[in-house]
Amino acid sequence: MASDASTRPVVLQLTGITKRFGSLTANEDVCLDLRQGEILALLGENGAGKTTLMNILFGHYVADEGTVQVGDGNGGLVALEPGSPHAALEAGIGMVHQHFTLAENLSAFDNIILGTEPLFAARVSRRQARSKLESLMERSGLTVNLDIRISSLSVGEKQRVEILKALYRDARVLVLDEPTAVLTPQESDTLFQTLKKLSDSGLGIIFISHKLAEVLASSHRIAVLRLGKKVADLPTGGCDQRQLAELMVGAKVSETIRPPQEPGAPLFVLNGIWAGQGRNAIEGVSLTLKSGEILGIAGVSGNGQTMLAKVISGVERPERGTIKLGSVDLSHANARVMIDNGIARIPEDRHHDGIVGTMTVWENLASESVRKPENQRFGLLRFAAMKERARAAIKAYDIRCQSEESPARLLSGGNIQKIVLARTLDGAPQVVLAAQPSRGLDVGATADVHRRLLEARARGAGVILISEDLDELMRLSDRIAVIHRGHLSEADPTETLDRSTLGLRMAGHSGADAA
Amino acid sequence: MSDILDILLAANFWAAALRIATPLIFGVIGALICERAGVLNLGIEGIFTAGAMAGWMAVWLGAGLWGGVMVAALAGAFFGLIHAILTVPLGLSQHVSGVGVTLFATSLSYFIYRTALPEVSSPPRIEAFQPLNIPGLSDLPFIGTVLFQQTALTILALLLVGVTGYVLYRTPLGLAIRAVGDNPSAVESQGLSVYGLRIGAVVVGSAIMALGGAFLTMSAFDAFFFGMVNGRGWICIALTVFASWRPGKALIGALLFGAFDAFQVRLQTEVGSFIPGQVFLMMPYILSILALIIVARKADYPRAMLVPYFRGQR
Repeated sequence: MASDASTRPVVLQLTGITKRFGSLTANEDVCLDLRQGEILALLGENGAGKTTLMNILFGHYVADEGTVQVGDGNGGLVALEPGSPHAALEAGIGMVHQHFTLAENLSAFDNIILGTEPLFAARVSRRQARSKLESLMERSGLTVNLDIRISSLSVGEKQRVEILKALYRDARVLVLDEPTAVLTPQESDTLFQTLKKLSDSGLGIIFISHKLAEVLASSHRIAVLRLGKKVADLPTGGCDQRQLAELMVGAKVSETIRPPQEPGAPLFVLNGIWAGQGRNAIEGVSLTLKSGEILGIAGVSGNGQTMLAKVISGVERPERGTIKLGSVDLSHANARVMIDNGIARIPEDRHHDGIVGTMTVWENLASESVRKPENQRFGLLRFAAMKERARAAIKAYDIRCQSEESPARLLSGGNIQKIVLARTLDGAPQVVLAAQPSRGLDVGATADVHRRLLEARARGAGVILISEDLDELMRLSDRIAVIHRGHLSEADPTETLDRSTLGLRMAGHSGADAA
Repeated sequence: MSDILDILLAANFWAAALRIATPLIFGVIGALICERAGVLNLGIEGIFTAGAMAGWMAVWLGAGLWGGVMVAALAGAFFGLIHAILTVPLGLSQHVSGVGVTLFATSLSYFIYRTALPEVSSPPRIEAFQPLNIPGLSDLPFIGTVLFQQTALTILALLLVGVTGYVLYRTPLGLAIRAVGDNPSAVESQGLSVYGLRIGAVVVGSAIMALGGAFLTMSAFDAFFFGMVNGRGWICIALTVFASWRPGKALIGALLFGAFDAFQVRLQTEVGSFIPGQVFLMMPYILSILALIIVARKADYPRAMLVPYFRGQR
């Protein structure tokens, strides 16, 4: 951290921000400031009010109390008109939302210049805009192909377009909401290098995160939010993970530890599976899962994990190859047959594939077992019994919701994942397929997911854990295989692997090269 | 076979095709502007009727022809505004609101017509737009007949295609309209007003649709009668998909339909003695459906079409 940071001018100051949604207080008396050239990490669990605070800053919401002031460029501060994204943009605040705000059918160029010229001008002054953008890309190192549609860009490229959008408007403050949630580890590293470069050139940066490692590695200062209040504001030097985790959660956090356990007999075998086409295809994937073990599958997203998960859960049928559970052949099984055979699925996109958002919690909890006799009699659903079981599950899995009648979409991501866990693990499945089970979850919810997976392992189930988070994989898995361009490597015991070996394999170097 | 070729090569066949296509050009351009901004406007059939009635009545009451055109456009804008308020800030179903506007606009037009003219049995006539006669241009072989012996409204429709294309693809406003139909958040995060853009697009688009109706009473015919729009609005909704929301393709689609229609009339006189007339009447619709099936399979819908936008909601 630059030693003279405290003498630099303040570019942004939030004072006493309070925001209530009905009975929920999302932000309470939050004060925050940001200096020129500083990287501030806004740390907090999901629902701690980080995004709300930034949405107030950007004018998507109006605070009930408190003011936002921005630097006027001469060392003074002026109040920002509340509730106007336009005013925020004019004041030099750029925001990169977690869910990108890009028009997919337009080119990157069009997205960047959108709204930057007078609406009723006779024409877009493309040449000027382009030369400005090109010099900007060169200075910041954020290069993208400006002329192709957003829909054909990768997630990392889309994020670069979002940052360019802000820089193109000469932003002096850049806010990034969970910028690494959708990025691979490599892309995240590149992003933070870029942010460092931008802050060196004087840009003030706030990034929201709940990942402790990246916050420690990449910020100058850390502000911690808990339940809408700011509980800490400290320079990054001198902080450690444990301290931050406790500030964030408000209690001691215990690490999940994988107890040693001898795996059982081979349980679930894929042999030479081919499925899908193009980027998402898998080609000749074989794996053997033993009972009582967690088999980790590492890989940069888009290398076939999604297709592999679909094949194992019976959503996609393989073109070639066999799937066997014990002696049962499941090569042509559909999702229902898979579930009936005790293969549980925790889907990658829990909002989209894990729940039906408009249906209630109890309906979602029963959705994989409606044909079972405990849930129906003579073809009629037994509502009372289903709700009774739902209440038990809500208690057992600590699903935070108003009641079992709440629509599932109103729950937070962590609680939605708990619904999925309760539903899939309740029938004591033999095989658990967990695809990115902790993606986007906070510390507490992640610990919960990990504990449940280890419980399944302890009672003798086989768990396939597909993840992009190497720490998670190394902590939980007994063996780890790497998927790259649709090919799955041999699974090696975790004890024989380290991060750099895995990283190389994820980038496509074979095990032999790495050694 | 040579008869058919004769039909297709005759200048007056293409002149007729363009004449028949004119109201469709207005309609499809109007629908396209609404949909590019993300709002399906099924009020189009009623807005045609309202434009036809309002334009005609203004002239009948003594306004000039261009005054009548203005009145028609204003009538369209009014019903467009109703649809826009219901669907954009209030976020109601665009299908329901659109059909409602069609019913409302059609009935109101008939009601006003009947109230103003309770006794008449044959619709009163006005002095309609006459075919242009531009010395030099109108006398050109073929082109002169096809393009320059049309009425002024047809020329206006053709110009409108070019202007719409330019605005949509070359100006900041057009960029904003295309963006708001693709992802309203993109527009909001760049400091523009989603509601303003959408309401504006629907109002302007509806005004243009109404000109298609005005063409019917002020150029194609010289009177207003019930049922005269006869599904042209719905054809425009289909043509918009056919055109992949592009003004140039919209023109081609409208001309194609006009050509089918002109062709069937001529074919009827050739071979009408042994094929029932209804078969010919069906032809443009059947061919349109076939064209749609082929084209619409890979249609690239504006992504945010039919999706209402509420601020601060993800």
